[in-house]
Amino acid sequence: MQKQQEKHMSKLKKYSVLGPVATTFTASDTGSWRLERPKVVFEDCIKCGICAQVCPVDIVEIRKDEKECVVFNFDYCKGCGICANECPKKCIMMVPERSEV
Amino acid sequence: MYDIQHESKGLVSHGVNACAGCGLELIARNTMEVLGENTIVVIPPGCGSLFSGYGAGAAMKLPGFQGNLENTAACAAGIRAALNAKGDKETTVLAFAGDGGTVDIGLQSLSGVMERRDKVLYICYDNEAYMNTGIQGSSSTPYQASTTTTPTGKPTERKSLMEIAIAHDIPYAATASIHNLRDFRRKVQKAKDTNGPSLIHIQTPCPTGWRYDPARSVELARLAVQTGAWILYEYENGKIKVNMKLKNLKSIEEYIKPQRRFRHLSQEDIEELQETVKKNYQRIMDRLEYMEGTV
Repeated sequence: MQKQQEKHMSKLKKYSVLGPVATTFTASDTGSWRLERPKVVFEDCIKCGICAQVCPVDIVEIRKDEKECVVFNFDYCKGCGICANECPKKCIMMVPERSEV
Repeated sequence: MYDIQHESKGLVSHGVNACAGCGLELIARNTMEVLGENTIVVIPPGCGSLFSGYGAGAAMKLPGFQGNLENTAACAAGIRAALNAKGDKETTVLAFAGDGGTVDIGLQSLSGVMERRDKVLYICYDNEAYMNTGIQGSSSTPYQASTTTTPTGKPTERKSLMEIAIAHDIPYAATASIHNLRDFRRKVQKAKDTNGPSLIHIQTPCPTGWRYDPARSVELARLAVQTGAWILYEYENGKIKVNMKLKNLKSIEEYIKPQRRFRHLSQEDIEELQETVKKNYQRIMDRLEYMEGTV
């Protein structure tokens, strides 16, 4: 592991680093873990933003002036269901992944 | 030098390999958002090191490194000393360790930092066992909880980190919970502004180790506070403040029923546990009220 890092770091002549050092800011494909996906009933939504606050992955966006007011980024959603459990209006449902409900 | 390959809203990447429903991820995101870019992070091995980097990739836009389990606080104190020597008083030094790295293995270095009055912000995310290595019991595991090293339930009560911190008389110490994030963020801000060591002890529901449905993480954190299994209070410059005083505690059954680490308990055991939790809550409350009145 150390050799691998040295190879990587030797391109940068300015810095001399020994040992493993993280040099890239990346993201894993956590969206592929999902078994259930959140689905919002937009008519009942009161746009309180609690789902965006409690989401551990921070991928919920509230768009107050649009009809589809809650937008999820499904590239990273792990499908844990905390948003559906914490919604005060219970207007988020967890539906099985790849179902057309 | 730092290669950004991913667009994220805050300072933490969206694709972190923490389990679905992990309370730690929520804590890390909120902490980094409050502390901002001018921060150096020390994280010991454990679930928290998912954020500091694995191989060449990291999940935070902040400088930091992974120390050893037993010297997180000592590393942070060293960074603080170096920053002080350079005349930098603004940068926050954050030590972000789990319960094993704090109350078991790292206790001596934490005690040293608290005694020397180094300006370090220490956050202990308490998931109540060594979760990253396969759910071994720690000294922060609650009474009767089953882990792989205590399969029939832990026979003793947990260690109280807050009371250890209060015994050192540090400027700021607080407990927090993920069900009230606004309160947690206020506490992080306060700890950041403290001139001296500050400690935040936050309970972190862990779906893998506590064995419950990931959707109930925040709900269980709330139930822990409402049943008296976790008490929210802060200690600031010798003054105690209880954040949430409860008149009637909820039945402990509501808290332990969804968790399969408590499923070996019989009805009698549950009653005994209820008695223990109530007694413990009363003991701490009495002590806190005594301190509130006298100091």
